Amino acid sequence: MMNENQHIEHKTHGYGIYVLVWIALMVLTGVTVAVAGINFGGITVATALLIASVKTYLVLTIFMHLRTETLVFKIFIGVALFFLIISFILLFTDYSFIVRN
Amino acid sequence: MSSTEHIVSHLHRDDIASRMGMWLFLFTELLLFGGMFILYSVYRYNNPDAFHLAAKELDTIIGTFNTAILLTSSLTMALSIAAIQRNNKSLSIFFQLMTVVLALGFMINKYFEWGVKFHYGIYPGSEKLLSKPTGEILFYGLYYVMTGLHGLHVLIGIGLILLMTYYTAKDIITYDNYMKLESAGLYWHLVDIIWIFLFPLFYLIT
Amino acid sequence: MNNNNTHISYLDYQGKHKGLLGWLTSTDHKRIGILYLISLTIFLIVGIIFGLLMRLELLTPGKTIMDAQTYNSIFTLHGVIMIFLFVVPGLPAVFGNFFLPILIGAKDVAFPKWNLTSWYLYVIGGLLAILAILLPGGPSDTGWTFYIPYSVRTTTNVMFALFAAFILGFSSILTGLNFVTTVHRMRAPGMTWFKMPLSVWSFYATAWMQVLATPIVGITLLLVAIERFFKVGLFDPALGGDPVLYQHLFWIYSHPAVYIMILPAMGVVSEIIPVFARRTIFGYNFIAMSSIAIAFFGSLVWAHHMFTAGMSDTSQFIFSLLTMIVAVPSAIKVFNWVATLYKGSIDLQVPLLYVLAFIFQFTIGGLTGVMQGVLSIDIHVHDTSFVVAHFHYVMFGGTGFGFFAALHYWFPKMFGRMYNIKLAMRTFWGIFIGFNILYFPMFIMGWLGMPRRYYDYLPEYQIYHVISTLGSWILVPSVFLMFGYLVYFALKGKKVTEKNYWGGETLEWQIETPPIHENFEEIPIIKEKPYEYKSNDLVTQFSEAK
Repeated sequence: MMNENQHIEHKTHGYGIYVLVWIALMVLTGVTVAVAGINFGGITVATALLIASVKTYLVLTIFMHLRTETLVFKIFIGVALFFLIISFILLFTDYSFIVRN
Repeated sequence: MSSTEHIVSHLHRDDIASRMGMWLFLFTELLLFGGMFILYSVYRYNNPDAFHLAAKELDTIIGTFNTAILLTSSLTMALSIAAIQRNNKSLSIFFQLMTVVLALGFMINKYFEWGVKFHYGIYPGSEKLLSKPTGEILFYGLYYVMTGLHGLHVLIGIGLILLMTYYTAKDIITYDNYMKLESAGLYWHLVDIIWIFLFPLFYLIT
Repeated sequence: MNNNNTHISYLDYQGKHKGLLGWLTSTDHKRIGILYLISLTIFLIVGIIFGLLMRLELLTPGKTIMDAQTYNSIFTLHGVIMIFLFVVPGLPAVFGNFFLPILIGAKDVAFPKWNLTSWYLYVIGGLLAILAILLPGGPSDTGWTFYIPYSVRTTTNVMFALFAAFILGFSSILTGLNFVTTVHRMRAPGMTWFKMPLSVWSFYATAWMQVLATPIVGITLLLVAIERFFKVGLFDPALGGDPVLYQHLFWIYSHPAVYIMILPAMGVVSEIIPVFARRTIFGYNFIAMSSIAIAFFGSLVWAHHMFTAGMSDTSQFIFSLLTMIVAVPSAIKVFNWVATLYKGSIDLQVPLLYVLAFIFQFTIGGLTGVMQGVLSIDIHVHDTSFVVAHFHYVMFGGTGFGFFAALHYWFPKMFGRMYNIKLAMRTFWGIFIGFNILYFPMFIMGWLGMPRRYYDYLPEYQIYHVISTLGSWILVPSVFLMFGYLVYFALKGKKVTEKNYWGGETLEWQIETPPIHENFEEIPIIKEKPYEYKSNDLVTQFSEAK
C-alpha cells in the first residue's frame, strides 16, 4: 500500500537553475549596495526592502522548492506573511499618528 | 482539496507532512525575528538620524562579503539536495561540507567584526556606548541582539548540516529518502533570508 | 491492515517498555493526552491554591495574611500558572491530543515523537516556574505580563519565569504544528474539510495561532531576559527604549493567546450540544468558518489591552473597531448553539450542564469584553476588578467549564469507566454557584473603582470582597471534589465497554471503549457529515473498507 510516488515524485530542479538564481542574487546584492550609496532619502529604504523581497522570492521559490510544491504550501506562506505584515501595519497606526507635545 | 492532499493512512512515511511540519517551524523562526524587525522599524522611525550616524561605524565591505558568503552557502545547500536526488552521494557530501565551510567563514568574519567594535568600546552596557545619543544606543542594541541571534542560528545550522553529512555518509539519507536533508536545507535558506534583510537595514543606511 | 490484538486497550498496551517507563516513553497520542491531563491537573491545583490565598488576603483591607510584596508574587504566580500551564495548553494538549486523530479517522498525529517532546517541555517549563518560589529573591512580582520597566529592575527571580514561559511556548508551538499537519495530511478517506467534526475546526484554528503568535512572545520575553542580563537598553526609557512598544509586542501574542484558550472550548461545546439535544447542529458551516474568523480577527485586536497606555488616538479608534468585529463570530457560535438546543430532545446529562453554564458565563464574559472595547468605558474600568471579572468569566467560566464538560463527556471513552452521575451533578451546582458568587461582585466593585492587583483597598469595597471570598470557599472545595471523584472513578468506577455511551455521532463513539492502541482496526471511509441525527437512529460513519 506504499505509494511509491510519495518518495521520488518531488524531484525539483536541475543544477543549472540554482546557479542562475545564485548569479541573480549576487547581482541584486550589488545593486542594493550601489543604490545605498545614492541618497534618495525615504526611497532608498523602500528600494532596499524591495530588492531584498525579490531576493527572498527567488530563495523561496527556487532554493526552497516552493515553486514545485502544492497550493497548500503557498497559502501557508501567505498566511504567515499576512500575520507579520498586518502586525507591522497596525502597530504603525500607533507610531505614525502619535502626537507628542 | 486536490487529490494529492489525500493521505494513505497506512503510510509510515509522509514526505509532504515532513515538509509541512518544517515549513510551520520556519514560520515560528520568521516571526521570532519578525518581532525584532518590528522593534527595529519603530526605533528607526523615531530616530532616523541617529540610526544613520551609528550605521557609519559598520564596515559595509565585510557586510557585503558576508552576504555573498551566505548566498553562496545557500547555493551549495540547494546543490547538495540536487546531487542526492541524482544519487550522487559524494557530490552531495561535498556540497554539504562546502556549506559548512562558508558558514564558518561567515562566523569568523562576524567574530572579527564584533571584535573590532568591542576593542573600540562599543558594546552593550559600555561607557562609550552609553554616552552616545539614545538613538545610537538603540541601534547598537538592535545590532548586537539581531546579528547575535542570527549568528546563533548559523551555528545551529552548522551543527545540523554536519549531522546531515554524517547521515548521508551512513546512507541514512539516500536518493529516495532525503527529507532530513531537505528540512535542513529549508532551515538554512531561512537563515539566509533573515540575513538578506538584516544586511541592508544595518549596513546600508548611511 | 489487520490487528490481531483482541481489544487490548491503550491503557494496557505493552510496547517496547513496560509499566511507568512505557507511559513516559510512549508516543501514543492517547497516553500523551493522559500525561498532560495529570500534569495539568497538578499545576491547576497549585494555581487554585494561590488564588485561594489571594482571596483570603483580600478579605480585609490592609494586611490579612501576607505583606504586599508576597501578594504581588502570589498574583504573578497565579497568572503564570493558570495561563501558561493550564488554560493555554488546556484543551488542545489533553483532548486535542487524545481525540483529534480519532475524530478524523487517523491512528496518531503527524509527529508522535515531537508530541512527546512537547509534553516534556511542558513539564520542564512548569517546574522552572515553580522553582522560583524556592530561590532567594522570591518569585517574580511583575504580574504575568512582565511589563517594562519594572520587570527589568525588580530583584525577584524574573529570569526563571521568563525562561519557563519561553520553554512552555515551545511546547505550545510543537502542539500547534503537529495539529495543523495532522488535519491537513491524515484525515480518513472521504473526510473532506466540511465533514470534519467542529472540534477539529477549533483545534485547527487554534493550532495556527499557536504557531504564528507564540514566537512573538518568545522573542519579547527573551529580550527582557537579555535586557536584565546585558543592559542592552531596548526597552529602557532612559536609553531611548519604549515601554509601550514592549506592551505592543507582548499583546501581539497574548491577545491571540486568549483565543487559543477559548476556541477549543467552543469546539467541545459544539460537540456536546448535538449529542444531548439529539439534533444536527444548526449552521455547521457558519460555526466552522467562525473558528477561522475568530483566529483571523483575534490576531488584529491586541492593542485593546493598551487603550490607557499612551497610544495615538487613531490607533485607539482602529483597535476599538476591530474589537467590535471580533465579537461577531463568537456571537454567531452562541446563536447557533442556542438554535440547536431550541426544540431539541434535551437529555440533561452532566456534560450538558457544564455546557449550559459555559454559554451563560461566556456570554457575560464576552459582552463585558465588548463593553471594554468601547474607549470611553475602558478608560473607566481599565485596571479595575471589572477586567478581572471579565477575563475570569471567559477563561474560567468559559474555557474552564468547557474543560470540565469535556472531562465528563469523554470520561467513559478515555477510561472505560463511569462516574457517579448524581454526585457529578451536585458538584456541578457547587462549582457553578461558587463561581458566580466569586466573580460577579468583581464586576460591581470594579465599576465602583476597586483597582486590580491591589492588596489594600478602601473600606467601601470590603463587602464585595467578602462575598467574593465566600464564593471561593464554595467553588474551590467543589472543584477539588470534582477532581477527587474523577480520579477515583477513573481507577475504580463501574466498567464501561459499550462503544457509544452517549449516543454520539462522531468517530470516537464508533471505536472500542477504551480505544485500542491504534484507534481503529480499519481506517474508516467517511460518507456522512457529523451530527446527522435522523429520527434517533444513529447514522454510522463506518463503511466496509475495501
